[in-house]
Amino acid sequence: MGASGSRLSKELLAEYQDLTFLTKQEILLAHRRFCELLPQEHRSVEESLQIRVSLEQILSLPELKANPFKERICRVFSTSPTRDSLSFEDFLDLLSVFSDTATPDIKSHYAFRIFGNTTPSHMVFVLVLLGSWGSSLELILTLSFLASCDCSLDFDDDGTLNRDDLSQLVNCLTGEGEDTRLSASEMKQLIDNILEESDIDRDGTINLSEFQHVISRSPDFASSFKIVL
Amino acid sequence: MAQPPAFVFNVPETPEDQGQDPSPYDESEVHDSFHQLIQEQSLRAAEEGLELRVLPQREPGPETLGASELLDMSFCFVGSGHQALLGPEGVPDYSTATLRILASMPSRTIGRSRGAILSQYYNRTVRLRRRGSRPPLGGVGRSARPSLRLYDLELDPTAFQEEEKRTLLVKELQGLTVTQRDHMLRGMPLSLAEKRSLREESWTQSGKQRGPQGRRGLLPCCSRLRYACGLGRFSHSVMYYGYYSNTTLNQLCGPPLDGSQCTPEAGGLPYNMPLAYLFTMGMSFFITCITLVYSMSRSFGESYRVGSTSGVHAITVFCSWDYKVTQKWPSRLQQDNIRTQLKELLAEWQLQQGPRSVWGRLRQVAILGFVWLLCLGTTLGCTLAVYAFSELMIKNPVSAEREWELLALPLVVCLLNLGAPYLYRGLAALERHDSPILEVYVAICRCVTRWGRWAFLGQGLCLPGAPPSASTPLVLRRNLILKMVILGILCYHWLGRRVGALKGQCWENFVGQELYRLMVMDFVFTLLDTLFGELVWRFISEKQRKKRGKPEFDIARNVLELIYGQTLTWLGVLFSPLLPAMQIMKLLVLFYVKKTSLMANCRAPRRPWLASHMSTVFVSLLCFPSFLGAAVFLCYAIWQVRPSSICGPFRTLDTMYEAGKVWVRHLEKAGPRVSWLPWIHRYLVENTFPIYLVSALLLAVIYLNIQVVKGQRKVICLLKEQISNEGEDKIFLINKLHSVYEGKERSRVGRAQEAEVPPTLPADERDAR
Repeated sequence: MGASGSRLSKELLAEYQDLTFLTKQEILLAHRRFCELLPQEHRSVEESLQIRVSLEQILSLPELKANPFKERICRVFSTSPTRDSLSFEDFLDLLSVFSDTATPDIKSHYAFRIFGNTTPSHMVFVLVLLGSWGSSLELILTLSFLASCDCSLDFDDDGTLNRDDLSQLVNCLTGEGEDTRLSASEMKQLIDNILEESDIDRDGTINLSEFQHVISRSPDFASSFKIVL
Repeated sequence: MAQPPAFVFNVPETPEDQGQDPSPYDESEVHDSFHQLIQEQSLRAAEEGLELRVLPQREPGPETLGASELLDMSFCFVGSGHQALLGPEGVPDYSTATLRILASMPSRTIGRSRGAILSQYYNRTVRLRRRGSRPPLGGVGRSARPSLRLYDLELDPTAFQEEEKRTLLVKELQGLTVTQRDHMLRGMPLSLAEKRSLREESWTQSGKQRGPQGRRGLLPCCSRLRYACGLGRFSHSVMYYGYYSNTTLNQLCGPPLDGSQCTPEAGGLPYNMPLAYLFTMGMSFFITCITLVYSMSRSFGESYRVGSTSGVHAITVFCSWDYKVTQKWPSRLQQDNIRTQLKELLAEWQLQQGPRSVWGRLRQVAILGFVWLLCLGTTLGCTLAVYAFSELMIKNPVSAEREWELLALPLVVCLLNLGAPYLYRGLAALERHDSPILEVYVAICRCVTRWGRWAFLGQGLCLPGAPPSASTPLVLRRNLILKMVILGILCYHWLGRRVGALKGQCWENFVGQELYRLMVMDFVFTLLDTLFGELVWRFISEKQRKKRGKPEFDIARNVLELIYGQTLTWLGVLFSPLLPAMQIMKLLVLFYVKKTSLMANCRAPRRPWLASHMSTVFVSLLCFPSFLGAAVFLCYAIWQVRPSSICGPFRTLDTMYEAGKVWVRHLEKAGPRVSWLPWIHRYLVENTFPIYLVSALLLAVIYLNIQVVKGQRKVICLLKEQISNEGEDKIFLINKLHSVYEGKERSRVGRAQEAEVPPTLPADERDAR
């Protein structure tokens, strides 16, 4: 079950089991994988619970590497002020929401936050990740570009999915390359259709209740919204 | 009459607001009022000249007004002719103060702010403890929207801070049991640290009680399709009707002592075979009927919500990404799939909008009519072929050495059942693509020439972009019609013609054997279809490296085949009582074969949402043409047809039903203690009046239920309209708010400029006043 120095205490394990949807084996596995991301000298139990791992390292996990939403996912679950690092408990939160037994309610809540996690609407430029296969160098470059632009890296969403959010979401789904995107007219048509179908109060945005209403009609959401270590 | 809650409105004047983005935890403006705002506005309206202006429309879209059009067409109170600032893409650029208020709207804070989450879960906990489904309406003002009454802490004018909400939540949590508390905490969308602190606070009061560890949530239910195979047949001795005896078994008589009746010896129960046979069949069908009706009503209830089948675009975008994919190549493949799916959805939606011109619509109707004619013609042709072949079989009775010729009729039926779906699929694809008549002829020629499966495969490969599930309902209907008509012809053939032709022989055995042969041939052909249709196609497409990739698993066709197999079983159970056992074994084998083939050779259907709606369709198809047809067949066979006189449990009777009558007469003679049973039989079963009464009652109940459902749908539509009206109100108020801030900003800037300008007006101006 891993090195003898990295065993979690029984009380802690029980607490994690009570507060998350994970089983004991899953928690221990998560702890082991988390410790593998840490440098050798910080792998003790106490340190692993205090230390925070940077986003690039979490994004290097094989389960997240190929996911186009990996960055948004990590930002949603990060509790640091700058939203760029995850502690072990954040990591457990992430795995708990994506686990087998999590309720569709909590999954749809977090799905909404992941999809809506975008830059504030009055920013002029659009975030483009070139060659989107998770090269951390490009990620760092893009992030530093953002930082230098004197725009806040405050990725709080505004509580709804507007057209920008939806079009970014669709671009994530279809691939970031120029030839893989939908054309502008297709995108507009698609977003119009989506809003037509799900925006009940016709305000041009989809809020959490409307989102959960749409999700409830799909029986496959809970089974596809899963990440297993 | 409830008073509207009194609000206090604060317009922030400080310039620091410029740089701040709306913070999700800043909830101080939630409970502010418009009262002062409206007062100020009316004063300004009285002072300055107002201009009602309609902003120019951006991006005119289709018939329905999107939000951007609504915004652009909204009336803005514009003072002194300034236009509202427009940011990128034509979205109105609100001031940060407006943005802050917008961000604090309850409908937006629900998903995001910790305070809103705490309130929501506070209310859930309260509801859990009170076991009521609605919060009390008394304290909430009329202006609160019903959906937001759930979060009434947010609307409370005493403006609870986050800390107070937290305390309330902790208090409520203490009132729950440990299991409930943990379940509630687990489902909260908060971070682990916050959940831990909530738990600790709620424990300090109630003391540490450890509940059982390792609680897990329930796993989701398994699939819904049920087959009524529980006929309870335990005897493995006989397969066919003819073997069954027509006497009462186990009725052992000791030597009659003094002329009294026979008494069975100890240890043996008399078993009246004819009665048992009849009642077993009847009970099994009855139980099947109940099960099917229950299943159908459940899936109807779930899938016939208003608007439940729409929303395919939204569901594809929100639910189709599979997060379990961990490698680059499958991830890219998934992206390709989703992109193709989205494009197809858009293309289909475009098609469904239909051609605008009258000529286009006429053409569409003409093509639809033509295709239906073709399909019906094919069905008729197949039916006539089966009929002619069966007559041929009667005329040339098969001799003992050439019994394999008996397989000819099932073979023909199976071939027709195999070939027709491909034809229908091709025709459906044609009808979708508005192709010219020439292509139609070419396609027909390709299909009708019986070059075996390869012709059908070729047609399937060459037709452009015709996904099997695209026009599933129509194709399903046509396939079903074909299968049911063929079965109908066969039933007529057996009960109408074979009974007469096989006088003096055991016709029931023959019918049972025919159905058994049909089932076996169906099984063989399904296996071959799986092998060739999926495995070989995969090899072909891999060799040719077509972009199509693996074939798509056609759910509709497979389920239709299952329904067909089950109909055969139901038809045959009267004549071959062990047929359900064969059906069970066939289903087991087929399941594992299909599963292996699916995993290895096929890709998933591209429209997963269709599956849950389809289960309703399938259960109702199983019930209506399939089960009902079998029940009608059974009733006719029991009531009207004369059983053969040399075999079976009813050999001495006029109809099978007479066994029941004989028993009732026997009971009448038996004595007064069981006289109620013959009474029931005479006055309730044989008499037609109670049956009419029961049918009338049933119809009345069904009609009432339909009306109730209709009324509920109307209410849902009205509520939807009401919600969109509220949305329009909201947009109107937002724009008004924005214009007020704009006005204030401008007046503030104006005053600042005035203060800067040195107060040296030209002397003549002063003199001019």
